[in-house]
Amino acid sequence: MYEGAVQNLIDELGRLPGVGPKSAQRIAFHLLAAETADVKRLANALVEVKERVRFCSVCGNVAEESECRICRDPRRDTAVICVVEESKDVVAIERTREFRGRYHVLGGAISPIEGVGPDDLRIKELMTRLADGQITELILATDPNLEGEATATYLARLVKPMGLKVTRLASGLPVGGDLEYADEVTLGRAFEGRRSLEF
Amino acid sequence: MSLYRDEGVVLRTQKLGEADRIVTLLTRRTGLVRAVGKGVRRTKSRFGARLEPFTHVDLQLYTGRTLDVITQAETLRAYGESIVTDYPRYTAATAMLETAEKIVVVEKDPALRQFLLLIGALRTLGEDTHDPRLVLDAYLLRSLAVAGYAPALEECAKCGSRGEHRAFAVHAGGSVCSVCRPHGCAHPAPQTLRLMVALLGGDWPEADSSADRHRAECSGLVAAYLQWHLENGIRSLRLVERS
Repeated sequence: MYEGAVQNLIDELGRLPGVGPKSAQRIAFHLLAAETADVKRLANALVEVKERVRFCSVCGNVAEESECRICRDPRRDTAVICVVEESKDVVAIERTREFRGRYHVLGGAISPIEGVGPDDLRIKELMTRLADGQITELILATDPNLEGEATATYLARLVKPMGLKVTRLASGLPVGGDLEYADEVTLGRAFEGRRSLEF
Repeated sequence: MSLYRDEGVVLRTQKLGEADRIVTLLTRRTGLVRAVGKGVRRTKSRFGARLEPFTHVDLQLYTGRTLDVITQAETLRAYGESIVTDYPRYTAATAMLETAEKIVVVEKDPALRQFLLLIGALRTLGEDTHDPRLVLDAYLLRSLAVAGYAPALEECAKCGSRGEHRAFAVHAGGSVCSVCRPHGCAHPAPQTLRLMVALLGGDWPEADSSADRHRAECSGLVAAYLQWHLENGIRSLRLVERS
């Protein structure tokens, strides 16, 4: 046990994900040895993130203004919405540079075992966005695990009466992978979703 | 026994660290097992997809200090595919998994009958021959019976006098006669009690012919009965949807 401020810092660091008591101690002593300016910059970054960052009023992504960068961008296609679970997924899809539409962040997936139902996600907001009739395609890009699939099934059933095009991201073999090591479920899906090669 | 092999159904998965997952399984020979799947969240993982809930897998595990480590996994049957395409079926199946985990409780204590009951229920659910809610209630009643909490349905839970009784007391252990009846018991329709008997005994023609009203009442009683005897809430039950 250390005195006041040091122990305080160790305790606070120890509450972060993936940081155990020993790592917390190591980081604390690193900070103690670091330049005052560096530590101030870190402290400011921490405070700023809580003060400035909000959630986009349209899509629910992290933003610094009332709308996020993607929702404000006029070059983006307003007719397509891609539904994802978390803000992290938006970044992952943006990195592909394949998608030019807008997003909708649900804030998780339906998982009854964790007590997360449809009402705990931003589904009502999605329905309001779809109601104005401008959207022609809804891309369901929830995680390819059980909760994600269930969420996609639920959403597809919900928007069916609206008569818009609903698509789901393909599942299949990873680029750079080995066919013999692919599991049955993934390989089966890859077969189901195979496409013809046209020249 | 540092390395062992078993087959089991994946009940739930929790994230662990960067790319690992803690997988809770109900196995045929070992009972409830909590094991770590290393790196299964990476896209290139060789057995990530096999360790999703509802999958029946053949496993090789290695006994760790607190948690076992999964070294190999092969799919025996993936129930998830047929379950997840239908929302009511998915919610019913999730409630089954949660109940299985809560009812077995003790880790590494063989529970063969619970295991067989669970794979039977998941298979029935995937075949889509009965209302998912009925399959769920049948599973819940039978799994309670296997655990030693079978409700009294054709006799009085207190004095044992045979016959159909009108009152049902969750805390007394089932239906009760007019003499033993405690305060605050439910008065379900006689058809509801008959439905419960059919579900417990596996009389599907009788169960399938039941009316919606009695199915709803039966679900309510079963849910109350289950949660009272498990001394635990089953969170998924709140989200089970009627088809």
